[in-house]
This record gives sequence, structure tokens and C-alpha cells, in this order.
Amino acid sequence: MLDKFIDFWSSLRLTVVCLFAGLVLVFAGTIAQVDLGLYKAQNDFFRSFFVFWSPPGTGLKIPVFPGGYLVGGFLLINLISAHYKRFGFRRDKAGIVMVHLGLILLLIGQLATDMLSKESSMQLFEGESKNYSEDFRGNELVIIDQSDSEYDRVHAIPEYSLEKNKTISDPKLPFDVTLKKRWVNASLVQADSKTPQNAIKSGATEGLLKDALVVPAPSVTDMDGRNTPTALVELSKAGRTLGTFLVSSYTGADQPFTVDGKQFNIAMRFARHYYPFTLTLLKATHEKYKGTEIPKNFASRVKVRNSEKNEDRETVIYMNNPLRYSGSTFYQYQMSAGEMASSMGSAPSSTFQVVRNPGWLTPYFSTILISIGLLFQFGLHLVGFIKKRYV
Amino acid sequence: MKLLYKIIPWFFLALFGIEVIVVFMPKSESGLHIREFGRLPVLMNGRIQPMDSVGRNTLLQIRSTGDVPLELVPSWKFWHHAKKLKSSEWLLEVFFKPDLADTRPIFLIHHPELIDELNLGDKGIEKSGLRYYTFKEIEPVIAEIQKQGSKAASLEEKQKTAFHKQVLKLNNAVFVYQMMKASARPPSWNDFEKELASFKKTMAAGLEAMRGKEEGKSFDEALLKDFMVPMTEFFQLARDPNAGQSYPLVVPPTRADQKHEDWSNIGEGMIQSVRNSSVPPPIEYLATIASAYTQDRPAEFNTAVASYREWFLKEGFAVQVKKGNEEFFYNDTKAFVHAVIIYIAAFLLAATALLTLSSAPNFSESLRLSAYWLIILGGAVHTFGLVFRMYLESRPPVTNLYSSAVFIGWGAMIFGIFLERIYKLGIGSLMASLVGFVTLFIAHNLALGGDTMEMMRAVLDSNFWLATHVVTITMGYSATFAAGFLAVVYVFLGLLTPLLGKIPGGPGSTSTGPKLEIGKSLSKMVYAIICFATLFSFAGTVLGGIWADQSWGRFWGWDPKENGALLIVLWNAVILHARWGGLVRDRGLMNLAIFGNIITAFSWFGVNMLGIGLHSYGFMDAAFWWLILFIGTQAAIIGMGLLPMKFWRSFQLKNVNGGSSGKISSRSPSPAPAA
Repeated sequence: MLDKFIDFWSSLRLTVVCLFAGLVLVFAGTIAQVDLGLYKAQNDFFRSFFVFWSPPGTGLKIPVFPGGYLVGGFLLINLISAHYKRFGFRRDKAGIVMVHLGLILLLIGQLATDMLSKESSMQLFEGESKNYSEDFRGNELVIIDQSDSEYDRVHAIPEYSLEKNKTISDPKLPFDVTLKKRWVNASLVQADSKTPQNAIKSGATEGLLKDALVVPAPSVTDMDGRNTPTALVELSKAGRTLGTFLVSSYTGADQPFTVDGKQFNIAMRFARHYYPFTLTLLKATHEKYKGTEIPKNFASRVKVRNSEKNEDRETVIYMNNPLRYSGSTFYQYQMSAGEMASSMGSAPSSTFQVVRNPGWLTPYFSTILISIGLLFQFGLHLVGFIKKRYV
Repeated sequence: MKLLYKIIPWFFLALFGIEVIVVFMPKSESGLHIREFGRLPVLMNGRIQPMDSVGRNTLLQIRSTGDVPLELVPSWKFWHHAKKLKSSEWLLEVFFKPDLADTRPIFLIHHPELIDELNLGDKGIEKSGLRYYTFKEIEPVIAEIQKQGSKAASLEEKQKTAFHKQVLKLNNAVFVYQMMKASARPPSWNDFEKELASFKKTMAAGLEAMRGKEEGKSFDEALLKDFMVPMTEFFQLARDPNAGQSYPLVVPPTRADQKHEDWSNIGEGMIQSVRNSSVPPPIEYLATIASAYTQDRPAEFNTAVASYREWFLKEGFAVQVKKGNEEFFYNDTKAFVHAVIIYIAAFLLAATALLTLSSAPNFSESLRLSAYWLIILGGAVHTFGLVFRMYLESRPPVTNLYSSAVFIGWGAMIFGIFLERIYKLGIGSLMASLVGFVTLFIAHNLALGGDTMEMMRAVLDSNFWLATHVVTITMGYSATFAAGFLAVVYVFLGLLTPLLGKIPGGPGSTSTGPKLEIGKSLSKMVYAIICFATLFSFAGTVLGGIWADQSWGRFWGWDPKENGALLIVLWNAVILHARWGGLVRDRGLMNLAIFGNIITAFSWFGVNMLGIGLHSYGFMDAAFWWLILFIGTQAAIIGMGLLPMKFWRSFQLKNVNGGSSGKISSRSPSPAPAA
């Protein structure tokens, strides 16, 4: 019984089935990107145990195909048990062992990356400094206590944890926060002659955005777009309302108000990741080839300041040459400089993609392992092949 | 007889070798030195290139050919060389004899609906089912073309039909052609030299009058009026946003404060001349070249071209002159066209060799050797083109879709030669010539978009990654195709001929290949190539991941092109594991390998057509139907491969006789080419 069990898990048949399932999954997941967008297709097909299908008009979710985690998991078990069962250490099989070890490392590393890595962006205008980056997707509701003259105390509530009509109380805040309404994606407009038909009044009673109208929009699916969630929140103290505010990542603007003589700001904005150092953009360069629109070079000269380490240095970030600093990597992502910025009448700016991925080295190690393994194994094969043919 | 068999390979090698040598021989010119003109450097598309490349790439965009035939010769009279207007000469006409250029049939329209719409049914000339029109003929309907063009341009990509695409192409062709006509001399100056000379005389006074008017002083009104006629034209040209994109910048930088790449068009050049009160030598040379050409004065034309060249060399443009010369040479040799011709010949020879293997073994061996030698010759020409391109661009071999096609064929050629060396069956040559021919043909069609040596955008501008990731992944494509086409050969040979069960080299045979059934040999070849394919596609994919990690911060992003590469890796892994696990034997291996063709074609072209993701820069759509067709044929071949054994001629005989295949080969009738 146990033998049969091990036989099943270590069989080449299972390998072939898993690889083939992987092939179908990758193909379907690629085609699905046309309709779903990269992000959603990725979650549905690759970062899942099953791919679900909902028959149109029903809310049913029927699993129709194993997802990336399941196929990857099966392959991993298959690999490990095959090694346990079949390959003792033999010199002529050393290559195969290395290839498979490398593959195991690669699969685990990618799983770790999937779980642990964080991507965000940092836009800087020339001369501007920042010690935080903004999340690509996540948003947060923040209440900033400005009563201390030395520093601001920021209370951040991730957008996904907000629930309608649920009251959030924090002993450090002198009031409660209740979500009254929310729009997954919306833009804000002023009430004037050009107001679109579907614009609605928010019902806010306080704040800078009191009179703004909300234009709901469908949730974004493509890779480069993002939702700008908008919400109506009520602040209350001991059951008595202090007013309702319209907050939205569309503007991300801070709206000041006073409670018990203390100054506060409230805003919905892109979730921020803070760093113990500051980046300053000194110069953004955008060059094109003469007489064409083909970008020749994007480069950002930045200053890195870290008071903890007493560091203050300049460096250049450009395409294919990121800045790796204190566990984060800053990549040249977007740029508005040169002719483009001046034609739009804006100051030159540069946007970095910031990635924090503790597992970034695993693919490098696994690549080395696998390459040596493949070269060794096919090398053996090739030598044998040529020798046999010529004899 | 034996002597004849020995001579045949030498005969073919000499025949095609001489053709290649002729192509590479320096050519002399009498009359107008048009080739010399074609070598002159200009700046277009962000790079220095010879005049010839400008003409050639423009003609490819407009006419889908690199030169203009001047007489109609039926296709079957292939020995009759039709008179042609070569790219440089065509460009000269467009520049300086626009009225003549307007009568050349260059505008290709093949959509019948569009021909009807434009009322062009009774005009134009027809060649091989395609219709070509002169500018004169379409001039009356240009407004209509523009109207239709802007309508088509406003449609979304998915809504565009073949009709819309043809309209857009024609509209662009008309636009580019008209821009080109006005780019080397001010459009209203028919006699450039004379007009320039008289303009020079009034230049100082005209400038003074202009300043006088600006400052509100008294000025010569009549003089200013005359002066402003050409000046308005110059100003218009100088402001043109298409300069350097639709047409070349012909005036090199002459002032010390200009950067080396600061070339300008003729309008800007003339304005600078007025500002500095002196016309720079390049414009003077161009004027002489223009008038000498228009008025047919060869001696002056040749002197002006030569002195312009001298001027370049003297003024520190030696690198640009060299680039012009070398790229002209590259254009002129048309290496890939010659490689294709040789590959076709090799394919026919190798196929004949296979089919006569048992009926006339020695004749077959002689043809096989001829095919092998031709593959080596064609491969050498192919390699020359590839390497020279790399040298011209200072880049690794693969920089865009065009060069990937060239490289895939090159890789398959190398695999083919390698296999042929070992197995001596003609099958390696057959595969090499087939893949080489098909990929170069694809490359030729990809070149119709225009310049194939465009500058690399910033994110791709890394010779290290282009040399590692891109080369290995393309080698992976190449190997997968090589295996797939070998498998196609297997299916055809197996179904239609008794060859697979035979052992080559009967009594008296001169073959020195391994004594193994051909079917078994093929199986070994396919297996070996798939091992290579796995190695290359895996290494290439992972290197791509590392590049992505270096430039975007993530190793893997499920981008369509990445997924396409992963599909190839997975498929090759499926094949290898299925074989190791005994799930498939020879025939199964072949069918899986043919499916590899489909996967690779999807990954190479299909994902670009999805139009999403970071790699979609190679988007093109005309190829979509070809891709579907290719996938269809491969699926059909797999279907054939799945036919029960009783339909396979190769295995029928074996079953009937039951004995060892060696005996059968001596008894079997001569193979029929096709049932």
C-alpha cells in the first residue's frame, strides 16, 4: 500500500501530467490576460489552488482546473519523492540531481517571493525629497494627529479592512470612525456645467471635499491602471456625530479639522511604506534619438541620506541599473522630463519602482545549480552521442 | 559513372559559389556614379545610414520591394533579368526628378474593394496578381485616400479590417513619398544650383530688410517680398515634426557648437545659412548634385559626389562615411536572398537524394553530398549577413523580430550541418534548408515595415542581456523548430515511403553513415535536439527572469512573452520525461516534437499579437493568418502522425515480411515520391 503510494508520487507519469497541466494553465492564463488584465489573471490562474468558472448568470464558482499552487505543489512533491525513491547518488546522475534541486529551490523561492515581496512606487519632482513610497494597489484611510509640534502621529487603516457601518475605535483617538458609504473606484468632479450624468452627491457635511460630486467607475483590470477608492466616513464622539467627510484616493488630499482644540487631518490615500532614509531627486534626464520618439536614456541623479548610518551620497539610477539600498531596490520606472515635461508645463519628475523582496537571490542560485546540472548531463550525453556515431 | 557522381557535388558548389563571388566582387560604374551617391551618409531614424538604405527602406514600405522593375517580364521567364531601378537611383529621382518619379509604378494596392472605391480599376499595372500604381495615377484621389485613412486611423485596433489596414498603409505610403520628394531640395527650386546661387546674392540684403521691418526701420519692400518666398518654405520645413522620421536629415552639422548627431533638413540648413550669412559646403554640394542630375551632366555629378565625400572625410565624419560605405555594401550583397536561393537548391537536392536512396544509392549519395556542400555554402552566406549586420549595429545578433527570424534559421542551419555530418542521410540538410528558407522568407516579410536596424529603446539597450538572454532563448526556439521539422520529415517519410525501416548503404554504396534504420536515426536526432532545446530555452528563460529582476525588480511577472518562453520549456520537459518514462516511443516522440512547432510559433509570434504586456513592442497583425495557417498545417501533420500503423508505408513492409529490415531494403520496390 505504502509502496503504491510512493510509486504514485514518484512516478514519471505524474511528472508528465503535472508539466502538461502547467502548460495548459500557463497558456490559458496568458490568453485570459487579454480580458482580465495581467493582475487578475495572475491571481485567478497562478496564485490559486483552483481555477474557477462561474456559469454566466449564477454566482456559482466551479473549480475546473488546478491552479498554479496546486500544480506547483504536486510537482514539488513529485520531485522530492522521485529523488527519495529513484536516484541514489550516482556520478552519471549528478547533473539530474542538481537540475532538480535547482528547480525545487526556484519553485520555493518563487513561492516566497509571491508571499513576501512588496512593490510600490515613489514619484519625485526635481528637488523633492521623500522617505516613503506608495503602494501600487493598496489604499489607506489616515487620520493624522498634528497636536504634537515635533512630529505627526499617523493612524492608518488599510482600505481592505474597512467595513460598512462598522465603527473603529482607537484609545489614542478622541473620536470613533464609521464607514458610511464606499465606492471601489471613483473620480471626483466639481458641480458645474460639465458635470457628467452619473455624478452623485456624496452627502458629506464637513471638509474640503464637502461639495465634490462622486463619479463611480468600474474596477480597473489592466496592469498599469489602479482604482481610486472613495468613501464617506462619519466621525463621532460618544454617539454624537462630529460630521461626515468624503475621502478619496482620487485626490489623496488632507482635510483638516479640529476636535477638542486638537488639529487633525483626514485623508484616503495610496498606502505608504516608510523608510529610514530619504531620497532626493537632483536631476531627471530623458534623451531621445535625434529625429525619433525612441527613448535613448532615462536617468535620475539622486541623493541618498541616512542619518542613522550617517550616510549622504549621490548615485544615478537608470534603465537596467537600479539602486539597491537597505533591502529595497529602486528601479527607473517612469519619467517626465526634457521636452515632454516642458511641453506639459510641469516640472521634471521621475518615478521609481520600489521592490522589497527578501528572496531575490534564490533564482540566481537555482539558475547556477540548474545550468551546471544541465551542462553536465547533456555534456555526458553529447560526448556519448558523438563517440557512438563515429565508431 | 563513378566519375560523374564525384563531379556532381563540385558542379553545384561551383555553380552557386561563382554566383556568390560575383555578388561580392567590386563593381565599376560608367556614366553617373549613382552607387557613389548611394554611399553618402545621412541621418534618419536616429541613426547614420547611407542614402541607399533610405531609398531601400522607403521603397520596401511603399512597394514591398527593394527596387523598381522598369519592364514587365512574365514570372516564368526567370532567366530574363528585368531592367530595374535600384534603390539609390530611385531615391535620386524622387529627390531631384520628381516628375519622372511620379510616373514609376510603386504604390501597391491589392485590396479589390479599395481599388473600386478609388476608381482605379482601369489603371495601374498588374504583376503576379498585385497591382501597382504611379503617383500620377493616384494623385487625383489623394484627398479620398486621406479621408479614408483618417477614418481608419480613428478605429480601434480590433475593429480594423483588411480594407482599413490597406487604406492606412496606402495613406502612409503617399505621405512618406510626398515628404521624401521635398526633403533634399527646397520644393520650388527646380534648378537647385542656379536658385541657390541667386539666393546667395540677395541673402544679406534680404536679411537686412527683414530686420529692418522687425525694428520698424525703412526697408526695401520688393526685395523682402522676393526674399520671403523661399524663406517661408524653409521655415515650414524647419518646423516639420516628421524630419528625420519620414525622410532623412541631409545637412550634416557644420558649426563648432553643434553636436555630431545634430543633422538638419534642408529648410533648417538654409535658415542657418541666412543667419550665418554663408551657405555651408554640404548644401552647395547637394545643389550641384541635384542640378547635375536633373540636367544630365554626369561629369559634374560625379565630381560633386566625390568632393562631398572628400569634405566629409576632411571635416571629421570619417566614421559616418565608413558606415555609409559598409551599409551600402551590406545592402548591395543581399546576402539573405542568395542564402535563400542556395537553400532552395539544397532542399531539392536533399529531397531527391532521400527518394533515390534505395533505387540508385550512389547517385543519391552524390546528390546528398551536393546538398550538404550547398548547405555549408548557403550557411556561410547566411553567416556573413548575420555577422555583418551585427558589426553594422554593434549589437548581438538578435535585436528585434526581424533579426530573430534570421537567427532562428541560422541556428537550425548549424544543427542541420551537425546532424548531417554524423548521420549522412540528407535529412539534416533537408531540415536545415527548409527552416533556413522559411525563416529567411519570414524575415523578408518582417522587413517590409521599414528600417530593421532601428535604435534600441532604453530598456532594451543592454548588449550584455541581448547577448545572453536573447541569444539563448532564440537558440531555444531554433532547436525546438529543428526538432519539430525533423519530426515532420519523419511523418512524411514514414507514411509515404518505405524509407524509415531501411538501413542506408546497401552493397556497393559509398555512404559512410551509421548502419541504423533511418527511423531510429531520426528518433535519435530529434531526441538529441530536444535536449539542446531544453537546455537553451530553459537557460534563456531564466536569464530573461534575471534581466527582468535587474530592470523591473521582479524575476517573474507572468508577462505573455515570459509565459510563451515558459511554455516551450514545459513542453520540452514534457517530451523528455514522457520518453524517459516510456510513455511514448518513436512515433509519439515525433508527434510531440511537431506540437513543439505550434508552441514555439505561438511563443514567437502569437504572444506579440495579444497586444498586452511589457514585450508587446513587436506587435504586428498581418502575420496572424499565417500563424493560424501554420498551426493548422502542423495539427494536420500530427493527425497524419496518429494514423494507425497499417497506413505507414515504412512499417507496412516490415509487418508483411516480418524479417529484419535489412533484407527488406534490398527487395523493396523503388519508393514513390507521393501516393
